[in-house]
Amino acid sequence: MLEDSLFFPMALSLLAWTAGAALHRRFRTALCSPLLIAVLLTMAVLWGLDVPYESYYRGAQPLHWLLTPATICLALPLWENAARLRRHWKAVLAGIAAGMAAALTGIWAMSHACGLSYGAYATLLPKSITAAIGMDVSAGLGGDVSLTAAAIILTGILGNMFAELWSRLFHLRDPVARGVAIGSSAHAIGTAKAAEMGETEGAASSLAMVVTGLFTVAAVPFFAGLFIGG
Amino acid sequence: MKFISQFGVILALSFLGEVLHRWIPLPVPASIYGIVLLFLGLHFHWISAARIRDAARFLIEILPLLFLPAAVGLMDSWETVRVDWAAYAVIIAVSTFLVFGVSGVVTERLMKRDKEGGEDA
Repeated sequence: MLEDSLFFPMALSLLAWTAGAALHRRFRTALCSPLLIAVLLTMAVLWGLDVPYESYYRGAQPLHWLLTPATICLALPLWENAARLRRHWKAVLAGIAAGMAAALTGIWAMSHACGLSYGAYATLLPKSITAAIGMDVSAGLGGDVSLTAAAIILTGILGNMFAELWSRLFHLRDPVARGVAIGSSAHAIGTAKAAEMGETEGAASSLAMVVTGLFTVAAVPFFAGLFIGG
Repeated sequence: MKFISQFGVILALSFLGEVLHRWIPLPVPASIYGIVLLFLGLHFHWISAARIRDAARFLIEILPLLFLPAAVGLMDSWETVRVDWAAYAVIIAVSTFLVFGVSGVVTERLMKRDKEGGEDA
């Protein structure tokens, strides 16, 4: 019954989200992120009722289907705030470039430090960019595509959860700087949070996400060649 | 009816993004082409902001929820990462934190310099 229900997956998704949002309003801590709570609740219910992920995903497809149209809409705040971003274009581009360099060299250094294989390195390298790009990049390098998707989503959830806390920690007072930090580190899932924080945050984050995604495609083959060992 | 026509425009842009994604042999998804197309459309006044604003606001508002189906897929990755999970978790967390800090601090510092430079000049 649950496995081929037309409505169970959507009902579960929306109610899990509602519960997450309610907990977030109640406790206001980074750990009570609506997305994290909804993910954990949904997993727990599926696991408890022995419903495989595939049949849940089939039913929850309408949400996933809306992802592309909704992401495209980020162009609106981007356009509305374009003047402000253009005024600081050097700072914005430098921030995005520095974030990209930190992502790629950081993964390079930590993969070697943890003694990971080339396959694992290739899997993690595209983890800061939006999933649709990152999975293709990973496949091109010989990484594990489904694991790259998991790493990308986890990265996004972390950025989504900690965007406000980390902004305070790094003393990011300007909404543009906050947006660049979120979009560079946590792609679209982070950007969803940035858009909640404010229009300017959302705009800067969207821009950082697009630029990081496109330039990572160009830079990653070079970094893949830098791996030492097997 | 307003919502229907606004959503229709957004879906048409999604479709154009999909066409570009299929035709251009680059690993760029339809959503990225779509962002660029909508931005250009607004910039050159092919599309007025009012033509899509309400539907766009709504979709952006529910954007975090739309990641739920994909994120729940993490439950199927557990088997693959069971051996190396600690290394993966540390690398993912540290790198996300690092990138956030580096990109944010560089932008904030340079902006501050922009503003101070602007006042001096």
